[in-house]
Amino acid sequence: MGSVDCCCRCEAVDEKKQMLLEVIEKHRDRKGALIPVLHEAQEIYGYLPINVQKTISEVLDIPLTEIYGVVTFYTQFSLEPKGKNKIQVCMGTACYVKGASGILDKLKEKLGISEGECTEDALFSLEATRCIGACGLAPVIMINDDVYGRLIPDEVEGIINKYRNEELK
Amino acid sequence: MEMVNITIDDRKLEVPFNYTILEAARYANIAIPTLCFLKDINEIGACRMCVVEVEGARSLQAACVYPVSEGLVIKTQSPAVRESRKVTLELILSNHDRKCLTCVRSRTCELQKLAEELNIKDVRFDGERDVMPVDEVSPSIVRDPNKCVLCRRCVSVCKNIQTVSVIDTNERGFNTVVSSAFNKPLSEVPCINCGQCITACPVGALREKDDTDKVWDALNNENMHVVVQTAPAVRVALGEEFGMPLGSRVTTNMIASLRRLGFDKVFDTDTAADLTIMEEGTELINRIKNGGKLPLITSCSPGWIKFCEHNYPDFLDNLSTCKSPHQMFGAVLKSYYAEKEGKDPSEIFVVSIMPCTAKKFEAQRPELSSTGYPDVDVVLTTRELARMIREAGIDFTSLPVRQFDDPMGAASGAGVIFGATGGVTEAALRTVVEILEEKTLEDIEFKAVRGTTGIKEVELEVAGITLKAAIAHGTGNARKLLDSIRAGEKEYHFIEVMACPGGCVTGGGQPIQPSDVRSWIDLRKERAAAIYEEDKDMAVRKSHENPNVQKLYEEYFEKPGSHKAHELLHTHYVTRENYPVG
Repeated sequence: MGSVDCCCRCEAVDEKKQMLLEVIEKHRDRKGALIPVLHEAQEIYGYLPINVQKTISEVLDIPLTEIYGVVTFYTQFSLEPKGKNKIQVCMGTACYVKGASGILDKLKEKLGISEGECTEDALFSLEATRCIGACGLAPVIMINDDVYGRLIPDEVEGIINKYRNEELK
Repeated sequence: MEMVNITIDDRKLEVPFNYTILEAARYANIAIPTLCFLKDINEIGACRMCVVEVEGARSLQAACVYPVSEGLVIKTQSPAVRESRKVTLELILSNHDRKCLTCVRSRTCELQKLAEELNIKDVRFDGERDVMPVDEVSPSIVRDPNKCVLCRRCVSVCKNIQTVSVIDTNERGFNTVVSSAFNKPLSEVPCINCGQCITACPVGALREKDDTDKVWDALNNENMHVVVQTAPAVRVALGEEFGMPLGSRVTTNMIASLRRLGFDKVFDTDTAADLTIMEEGTELINRIKNGGKLPLITSCSPGWIKFCEHNYPDFLDNLSTCKSPHQMFGAVLKSYYAEKEGKDPSEIFVVSIMPCTAKKFEAQRPELSSTGYPDVDVVLTTRELARMIREAGIDFTSLPVRQFDDPMGAASGAGVIFGATGGVTEAALRTVVEILEEKTLEDIEFKAVRGTTGIKEVELEVAGITLKAAIAHGTGNARKLLDSIRAGEKEYHFIEVMACPGGCVTGGGQPIQPSDVRSWIDLRKERAAAIYEEDKDMAVRKSHENPNVQKLYEEYFEKPGSHKAHELLHTHYVTRENYPVG
């Protein structure tokens, strides 16, 4: 296995660590370096596992406990790996009323994961989000930058398969 | 001192300009309830129990952090203030596991006392409750988040005073919880088991791992010879558990109650402290004479040892190889004493009564079992001993005068002062100076090493050497001291470190005094004063003059640092990784 540093099991582990160290180096002498470092670290790794937080802790000389406190305080930081395809199910008022829960349930069933989790093959991760501003298309999901609106649960499988097939090509 | 004029509850007062409203009110004998406030440790105005009305302010203000100023008008008992405090307290209680009857802090709980004082008859908010697992994995400390009131006193002492930083507030809103990173148990993070979080906790969210059942079982086992030893700091604090004033000396009551509990022998850890001085003093003299690794750093405090193993592995060779006194004593009891009594070490059960939670972890270190059996079987804190005494129905305050058992009962005053910061250094000086100068000291009280200054330094001309020593108490101070040595700014021959601020007298296993006592009275000074009084009353006050220790060398160890002494009285240390990741 590549490393727990990375959920997609790619070979780029050391490259990522190198990028992380560069990010930390760039910010380390600034006051309040932690939050920008965490943001950029999450861009590199997709999430903030213990190894990443430990590296930040050691180089910035901030206790791991304090970093963990910041990571768990802000919702945009994630402790769970994100999939190659990030599925966001809008749970805003309009989508909720139009049956977003049914869409979410179908996604859970078809992917075999719960909210906040990543599939075993690291292809998909699933999140319920606040309003994404496309209420006219409710209920809406986003997969990466693609928006799918006016969905019914039966359409879910086809959409997922589209991404699976792309992976096979 | 610059003074300002203020009005509190229609009373005009002149108070120092740097007071908070809380301090000013206290000065005027006006009580303001607090919960998160712990002076010099946690002054964050978070819990809102201490709110008062300040004329001209838009909302109620937290008295513990609001500075006084000229002309300030304050009301501490208006209807708005009373209502706010009550609602706040009820909200805290609504998410609190209110099993007070079976809580270890019943009677000493600050939350319970507030509920009584604020006349809370009912908790009107009966909503969702957090139910979280209790962390009981550590051999020293149990953490029950269901009883936590999120006051952050433990977080502050762990982070700011001890610089250990293994607990913090995590998550947000209703899910906020004080926990370790990644919710790891305390046994898997660089916790040093000092227990300062326990003595800071106002409620029962932090407590020691209770081992009293193991001791009851041993006492009830007819085939077991159960021996107890007591650390010096216990005898100047145990009385507080029974309502006696701070600084009460209860050595004889303590001995008498241990007899009544059924221990076969009651010994004094101070004897082993004298033994430590012989071994550590010899180690120091050898290292100075033979160009060994300096500074020599003391190893009596297991919290400090674990701190060093996690954070300063480059100093492990500086640590004295001496076991801590009670571990030395355990090894002696299961070897020399066992032989003398004609017993197998397996039949001897050693209980240590300690002011310390870290000693529970220490006693489980696998290398501390020189005879093939653990040197010490169970460590109880001062508080656990008090629980056993209460459970046995012993009237602690009226007991006959009893003395420690022979052999190895009588100790020296040098052994007693181990309980206060600077004590080990003073005890070592009383012996090392006499040995190096080959003459009797006229004044054996080295007052420069006493007191509560965070880092103390002394220089002493001894036999042609300028002996430089430093003393740090609280691991935050130890960190500063070691950093200055790492940076090459300081050089010493000898360093004493105690993990707890004030040394063992204010160890994590000592009786808990609530914030409204310890914020205003320095427990370290009160208890240390009693320690130094004990020392004064001792017939022998230097370790090398302790007849029991002399006999022990004559009959068994031959001389300090002998092969046998190394086998039984010395140990080694390990580098510990912080947050090992698989």
